[in-house]
Amino acid sequence: MSTITASVPATKPMRTGASLRRSRRWALFASYFFLILFAIFFLAPPYYMVVTALKTDGEMAKLATNPWFIYDGVTLDQFRILLYNTDFLIFFKNTIIVTVCVVAITMVVSVLAAFALGRMRFWGSSILATGIFLTYLVPDTLLFIPMFQIVKSIGLLNSYWGMVLVYPTLTVPFCTWIMIGYFQSIPKELDEAALIDGAGHMQMLFKIFIPVALPGIIAAMIFAFTVSWAAFVYPMAFLYSSDQQVLTVGTVTSLIRGDVYKWGMLMAGALLAAAPPLVIYAFLMDYYIAGLTAGATKG
Amino acid sequence: MADTVQTWGSTVPDKAAAKPNKMQKFLRQRSTIAFLMCLPLILIIICLVIYPAFYSIYLSMLNKSQTRFIGLGNFAFLISRDTFWQVVAQSTIFALSAVFFKALIGLITAHLVNNLPVKGQRKWRGMLLVPWVIPLALSTLGWWWMFDPTNSAFNYTLRSLGFEGIPWLSDPYWARFSVILVNVWYGAPFFLIMYLAALKSVPEQLYEAASIDGASAWQKFIHITLPMMRNIIAITVLFSLIVTFANFDIVQIMTAGGPRNMTHMFATYSFLLGIRSGDLPLGAATSLFMFPILGIAAVFILRGVRKRGREIG
Repeated sequence: MSTITASVPATKPMRTGASLRRSRRWALFASYFFLILFAIFFLAPPYYMVVTALKTDGEMAKLATNPWFIYDGVTLDQFRILLYNTDFLIFFKNTIIVTVCVVAITMVVSVLAAFALGRMRFWGSSILATGIFLTYLVPDTLLFIPMFQIVKSIGLLNSYWGMVLVYPTLTVPFCTWIMIGYFQSIPKELDEAALIDGAGHMQMLFKIFIPVALPGIIAAMIFAFTVSWAAFVYPMAFLYSSDQQVLTVGTVTSLIRGDVYKWGMLMAGALLAAAPPLVIYAFLMDYYIAGLTAGATKG
Repeated sequence: MADTVQTWGSTVPDKAAAKPNKMQKFLRQRSTIAFLMCLPLILIIICLVIYPAFYSIYLSMLNKSQTRFIGLGNFAFLISRDTFWQVVAQSTIFALSAVFFKALIGLITAHLVNNLPVKGQRKWRGMLLVPWVIPLALSTLGWWWMFDPTNSAFNYTLRSLGFEGIPWLSDPYWARFSVILVNVWYGAPFFLIMYLAALKSVPEQLYEAASIDGASAWQKFIHITLPMMRNIIAITVLFSLIVTFANFDIVQIMTAGGPRNMTHMFATYSFLLGIRSGDLPLGAATSLFMFPILGIAAVFILRGVRKRGREIG
């Protein structure tokens, strides 16, 4: 091994400079080429949804033109039909209510628990932390049938308040888990200083931990928001009348009436329903990604 | 809460004098507060995760009208059905192939993005993560429309290139391919983000040292990148296996299990039996079959996360 390494610089010092630069340029070119191919694969469906939502029904029925492009002019008719002739706005309102409540509950529960678990050791705290991580790994499709029975027995079947009750099981464990990581990364000296100044636990939490761990809190909020906005199994199983329905299920089931699929309107609905998470992602991408990667790296 | 503030003020100054019984009281009080802060979380986990889990086991041992205890009757019934074994096969095929391709595409795209100049990386990363951000149910609706047999975008493109249209969702095998394709499309960006973050954490000196030793790009990948990323790859793959195995949205929306029950997964099959057909015990029994597989994956993830936590320090 040592003989090889010793001989390498000696044998080809002249070549490496130019060829390295050339091969770098080739690598960069190839990277761009393949990335564009992957980007086409990743972005084709959303692009096609946009194109469909902006087409007239007439153009879609003709089947004559290339479906990937718009020929007969852009129209907002599909959005108008969606907003005026369907229950879409009711779904939107329900989803907002559910999501706001779930995010609020999640943040209160998980910040308190993470503060306790990340800073104050107590009997069973490490078992609890492990338990939290394991509950995060429980998928919603494992428990939705007993949940159906439980929600029914409380009388919240076919009510979006039932969603407010069950969604925290999807959001709280992960949010607590990443908040524990963020809180633990705060230097111990800070809370010692606060203790010496006579701060109580609550003062410490609100004056030090929450402000310092704000990026983590935003990441956790984004996670809770996207999960409860996109949840599908529970509303699919528990909600059936359209005045209680949420966006995901409402768009997929209630907007489809009979055998004639109004694809333009459906795509308009899907786009509007996907808009809030996309907007949040566009503005808070770094927090979004921090939350995404924190699960496996923190803790 | 006010009195705790006061006691804090009084206990802390004589902490230096640390009498054991005072220290004990201090700890006890502290742990009581900590426990109270965890109480809402504990209640959620007990009432909405642990209780349903045990209730599910009980429920799965009842008959359809939930009036009679039939022991393992539902499980025996499921095992005797061909459709159930089809569900097992399809869930396994779906999860293994989808996770494999997600991890592969994630690894490739992460390397491609990492090759770019640092300035442009953010833009590409932002663009490539879009499939993960759109709620899966809604993007699946978009895919369904692209798969539509008569006016579908895919078949138009195929025909204009001189091929024949493909019965994407009406042929059982193409339907299996289609649902896997959608899952790969949705999940690959997650792997991209995880691997990109992991790539960034590999110390640059290692590559420099390897370059000096004359290592090729492939050798660097095999001997530096892969070993350094081994743990994060294991965690993401196992995590994705759980989520993919338990997937519901894609199959429910695009095929609802059809054609000929060939695309049913555990989640959609238990939805069909439990909610659609109203046989909750049988549905509960079906979803319980997922438990051992998910449990094994979960244990390995936990081990990996702990190890990684120690590595990071």
